[in-house]
Amino acid sequence: MERERLDDASARPAGPVSGTTFDPAAGSGLAFSIRGLTRRHGSVLANDHLDLDIGVGEVFGLLGPNGAGKTTLVRQLVGLLSPDEGSVHLLGRDLTVHPGIAAHHVAYLPQDEAALADLPVRLAVETTARLRGLSRRQAVAATDELIEELDLTPLAQRIVGRLSGGQRRLAGVATVLAGDRPVLVLDEPTTGLDPYARRAVWSALDRRRQDRGTTVVLVTHNVLEAEAVLDRVAVLDHGRVIACDTPGRLKAKVSDEVRLELVWRSEPLLDDSTVAGLAPRAVVSGRRWSLRLPVVEAREALARLTTGAAFAALDDFTLATPTLEDVYLALGGAADDLERG
Amino acid sequence: MSGPGLLTALRLVYVQQFARVRVARVPLLFVAALQSVGILLLLRGVVNSEDGIVRAQVVAGSTVLVVAFVALNLLAQRFGSMRATGALDYYGALPVPPAAVVLGTAASYATMAVPGTIVTAVVGALLYQLPLAGLWLLVPVVLFAGASLAGIGALLGLLAPRPELATVAGQLGMSAVLFLSIIPSSKLPLLLRPVRAAVPSTYAADALAAGLRPSPDWASVAVDLGICAVVALVALALGGWALRRAYRH
Repeated sequence: MERERLDDASARPAGPVSGTTFDPAAGSGLAFSIRGLTRRHGSVLANDHLDLDIGVGEVFGLLGPNGAGKTTLVRQLVGLLSPDEGSVHLLGRDLTVHPGIAAHHVAYLPQDEAALADLPVRLAVETTARLRGLSRRQAVAATDELIEELDLTPLAQRIVGRLSGGQRRLAGVATVLAGDRPVLVLDEPTTGLDPYARRAVWSALDRRRQDRGTTVVLVTHNVLEAEAVLDRVAVLDHGRVIACDTPGRLKAKVSDEVRLELVWRSEPLLDDSTVAGLAPRAVVSGRRWSLRLPVVEAREALARLTTGAAFAALDDFTLATPTLEDVYLALGGAADDLERG
Repeated sequence: MSGPGLLTALRLVYVQQFARVRVARVPLLFVAALQSVGILLLLRGVVNSEDGIVRAQVVAGSTVLVVAFVALNLLAQRFGSMRATGALDYYGALPVPPAAVVLGTAASYATMAVPGTIVTAVVGALLYQLPLAGLWLLVPVVLFAGASLAGIGALLGLLAPRPELATVAGQLGMSAVLFLSIIPSSKLPLLLRPVRAAVPSTYAADALAAGLRPSPDWASVAVDLGICAVVALVALALGGWALRRAYRH
């Protein structure tokens, strides 16, 4: 029955996807209310009648592969792009009528730091804080705190454009946190970060949510990030929301399946009946096979592989519980560029 | 939640953009001045040294050319590139008046143009035997010519469909300034005179030229500076409009 329900969802019904609305009784109102949001880029329908509610104090994620329409959506949330149809309300006010109000309530981190490339990290953070209305003294204090919080002290005097990709991203995150906006919209904030810096960013975001009720809208195509930090996640594909719920509830939809990963030493042993049976369903990436299988079938296949002739040809194997990537694929998502690391 | 006032925002944008200008300081400091001084040297052999009006026009036009190089050419390139790289999103998502972004960016470039204009005007006055007393006019001339040409430079950079086209448009604009500001109106073919009257830099060059003559024509200086100031306001307003338009596209 569960399988049928997911297949229905992959048919992309015209109505809103369940879970896209937020119960204000559970929080303290809506940060964003999005209705029928549609935006075209030439002939491409980048956002196709999106309906979403994002509550105040939520850490809300937009997950999807490249080209799913995530950046187009967030640029409309911060007033940088006008929708062709539909509306976005920010804290109760219509952004399509007053796009300028977003700059007073929202801090936005674009996909790269082109505007700050020539500035030293400290100056970039401090001037951004001041451009958000902080006094000189407040901006200096905020900059000191942020540089320490994100462990940027060794980089504080270095030019942003001369840093490595990950360091530059971290400096960008520091600028977006400067000025304590109640809503943060971050387009792939942890791209290129090492695991340590990534955790520092997640902690910084969580601290703001806990202490100040900050709302965070976070674009990602990293499944691990989505599962680790998000309260709710909307899965986008081809400009539409194909699912929206907590990561846990979304994963429960595919809980009858597991992911079996097989890595071959060289060529897979196709003479083996188990290997031959799995081959048509495997997503092949070099020497790696990836399969989504019912739990019992995966367990039996692995038992046969590890006790039979194929075992000698195997370099590595894993059996893992479903991730949001499996949810995405089960819902009909076709792209294979979601990150797992 | 509120943002900074216009002047604070302008100063902060200036600080941020000046970091970029520092990277490009070699062309800003040297190319702009060398180009204009080169023109002065070249024309010295052909300009009739008896005609004070012509001599003053050549020096004033060459001086305004430094401003045009920076405000039209380099600023059009800068805004074209900011638009192409998505750097404008940074300012578009901040509570900063668009006029502060245009003015702050223009002022950061103008800072590096100042030495070039002084060098060109002083070298020109000495080379063409003009009184140095009128050089104080550089202050309003650079300010108004800078603001009006920067507004147009921003407009070109922000409206051009591609950054390369912004560069070409900026260079063409600078060429127009070169021909129309250096050659006095009386020496131009009749057909080109209306074009000369439509180019904002003309009034800046004419104001400076009137002040550099052996016997300055102060009424003419005042009228030309007045026109320059009005054009500067209109050009900056248009630059701000183009920036708001670029934010939403």
